[in-house]
Amino acid sequence: MDRAVITHAHHAFPGSRAYLAARPGEALLRARVGADASIQPLDYAESVHLNGVRVSLHPAGHILGSAQVRIESGGEVWVVSGDYKLEPDPTCAAFEPVACDTFVTESTFGLPIYRWPPEAAVFAEIRAWWAANREAGKASVLFAYSLGKAQRVLAGLGACLDPADGPIYTHGAVEKFCRLYREAGVALAPTVHAAAAPPNTDWSGALILAPPSANGTQWMRRFGPHSTGFVSGWMRIRGARRRRSLDRGFVLSDHADWPGLMSAIRTSGASRVWVTHGYRAPVVEWLKQQGLDAQAIETRFESEQDETGAEPGESAEADL
Amino acid sequence: MKAFAELYAALDETTKTNEKVDALTRYFSRVPPADAAWAAAFLIGRRPKRLLASRKLAQWAIEESGIPDWLFGECYHAVGDFAETIALLLPPAQSSSDLPLHYWIEERLLPLRDADDEARRASLVSAWRDMDERQRFAWNKIITGEFRVGVSQSLVVRAVAAVGGLDAAIVSHRLMGDWQPTAAFWTQLVTPGTHEATRDADVSRPYPFFLAYPLEGSIEELGDIREWQVEWKWDGIRAQLIRRNGRTFVWSRGEELMTDRFPELEALGAQLPEGVAVDGEVLPWKNGAPLAFAQLQRRIGRKVLGPRILSEVPVVMVAYDLLELRGKDIRERPLEFRRAWLEEMLEDIAPSDSALMVSPIVRADTWEDLTARLQEARARKVEGFMLKRLGSPYRVGRRRGDWWKWKIQPYSVDAVLIYAQPGHGRRASLFTDYTFGVWDGGKLVPFAKAYSGLTDEEIRQVDAFVRANTVEKFGPVRAVKSELVFELAFEGIQRSPRHRSGIAVRFPRMARWRTDKKAEDADTLETIRALLPPGGAGSTD
Repeated sequence: MDRAVITHAHHAFPGSRAYLAARPGEALLRARVGADASIQPLDYAESVHLNGVRVSLHPAGHILGSAQVRIESGGEVWVVSGDYKLEPDPTCAAFEPVACDTFVTESTFGLPIYRWPPEAAVFAEIRAWWAANREAGKASVLFAYSLGKAQRVLAGLGACLDPADGPIYTHGAVEKFCRLYREAGVALAPTVHAAAAPPNTDWSGALILAPPSANGTQWMRRFGPHSTGFVSGWMRIRGARRRRSLDRGFVLSDHADWPGLMSAIRTSGASRVWVTHGYRAPVVEWLKQQGLDAQAIETRFESEQDETGAEPGESAEADL
Repeated sequence: MKAFAELYAALDETTKTNEKVDALTRYFSRVPPADAAWAAAFLIGRRPKRLLASRKLAQWAIEESGIPDWLFGECYHAVGDFAETIALLLPPAQSSSDLPLHYWIEERLLPLRDADDEARRASLVSAWRDMDERQRFAWNKIITGEFRVGVSQSLVVRAVAAVGGLDAAIVSHRLMGDWQPTAAFWTQLVTPGTHEATRDADVSRPYPFFLAYPLEGSIEELGDIREWQVEWKWDGIRAQLIRRNGRTFVWSRGEELMTDRFPELEALGAQLPEGVAVDGEVLPWKNGAPLAFAQLQRRIGRKVLGPRILSEVPVVMVAYDLLELRGKDIRERPLEFRRAWLEEMLEDIAPSDSALMVSPIVRADTWEDLTARLQEARARKVEGFMLKRLGSPYRVGRRRGDWWKWKIQPYSVDAVLIYAQPGHGRRASLFTDYTFGVWDGGKLVPFAKAYSGLTDEEIRQVDAFVRANTVEKFGPVRAVKSELVFELAFEGIQRSPRHRSGIAVRFPRMARWRTDKKAEDADTLETIRALLPPGGAGSTD
């Protein structure tokens, strides 16, 4: 690709000739596409002119540096949402509604069964689970996407940690992004890279953050008796947790839930909505019934539905 | 309802049986006896007759959540569980109920039996409004009766035994037969030391069935063949025939009282001595040989058993074992004694053409001779051998060691995946339920459905294939590109006018994913027809 406009670092299109990205996400993007890539960082709301159209980036609230892309040409405004959520998140700038004529929205969780509980309640659940495991002499292995979700969990736990809580360890894939977040000035609970822990480490009572791809791998063996949990919007449905044979699911997502999608679409003021990524058909049908001009758009960079629950760019990275 | 919703969540959150038993034990110990009785009844699959149609429930949930019908349908396909879909769609909960489980069942659910639709709707909606999300889910599970929480009867038995300080076999027996989930029943259930024979007010109660494991390893590992009793493995309905207090009862292994389905056996019961329980297999039987199992299903499906079906599909019971004699439980006596008493009893009462016969013993001097006789199985219309250790007691449930089943190799064909639809429960929104086709004149005709046999990893791969290769959608069903070939195994085959292929197979499952084969290499209907039993045998008409 000659020039890639990046909404967030999960979709990084390595190998492009030039990148346009929001400034807070520059370091994350560089970690994915290489140190010598040509990246033009842009402040939120700052605009550039590309091939006669005016382009600016606006906070999407998905992960650090995530952006909606506003494109203006001939008095008409388009906004491409990228991935976004409306809930507050201490690790990134909050979603900003941007008025437009056409809104291109994701629909990962585009069914009304997806409704997120308050974040504080989820963190309380995670802490209670961790405490119960500690009581039972078990380690708590918590799976979270290594970029974004893991840091949100650490920021959330950091705010309510007390001295009785055990140490928090990380998988290498998680630790790598934690370092970048901290360098960007995001406050996270202190962590220790699990691979750097001495061989006689007592893991019982510890919390270990790892990407979902680490589940069932050799890497898990060192922890001895443990309970597994997964932090994801998919955990709203029991079947999604049970088929992964996880002990606990915690419903916390960096994507908009159904009320969030509908609210974002409404506040954009758009009369035309293109729907990508996820439950396109039902969202389009619903929007049509609400009187909007809606259609489903296939993009090059998606599978039909993210059934594995893995973020793009998430792979079974070894913990070196 | 709080405690029950928590129990449900705890059971659902672990796959470890010890943790499930602990959760059950904690629950049973802390709730009122009536709650414990209802929970146990539901968890082992005994539930009151279903009072509300799914269609109505869905309609009321849709009205309450303010979404259109079609969107409810989309959500259901994604969740794969009806009770859960409703719980997730109802408006956010405003309260949580402190009332006990038995209140909700006895005062709120059961009275709906005599209510009209409007009263049912009002009661249900008000129940939903009184509950939090977890409670709504558990409540919906109670209403719909589909628990699927990975709790078998044996786990409930272990927990009850732990609560009462009782032997699991005693609890197992006390939970058989006809009982009502009441506080009084629960109290009796967990009280040690009550004498079974006098305490047992319910004369119809069957014994827990003893079940065999498939043979593992080589047959020689069983040791000296003279220590084993070998019988044919019959393909019918496992049942107990009980005669007590001048009455006859026939129980299926599914603990269904089926006496009225088998008038032949009921008539025969009158000839049995008082106080006996016979374990055996009910088989459709004519001219000295079994008929196809489908014939028995056809007969059971009939609401009214007219003279025609009775003469077309008569049944017999092939007796395996004697569990009770003269009112005494003899399950601890060695097999050879029980067998001798069984033969003696039947000699006295049953002429050779009777509907009750002793399961014949297969004679062989060596394991080698026995292996050779396995060839006879298909012609005899049996599934293989049952191997029972002489000297063994009649145990409870499926146990390794004393009883083994040794089945003949299944039939197998290569077929092409043509349709897929999402599964339920832990397989929700994954494409796991498949229809397979075989070639017939250049086209693939649907031949069998199969759901089991693949590993989780294979399921993920097939799921991805289905998503990427859908050629047409019919509701939740996807027609896919004809590309993947699977070896299907099945136990029986017969003609069937109700199937498009003209063939019905029994217990089809995926034996292997044949990644080495292309769609055109799959079998044809013609080669499969060649597996049919000769003549009209096995035909359904």
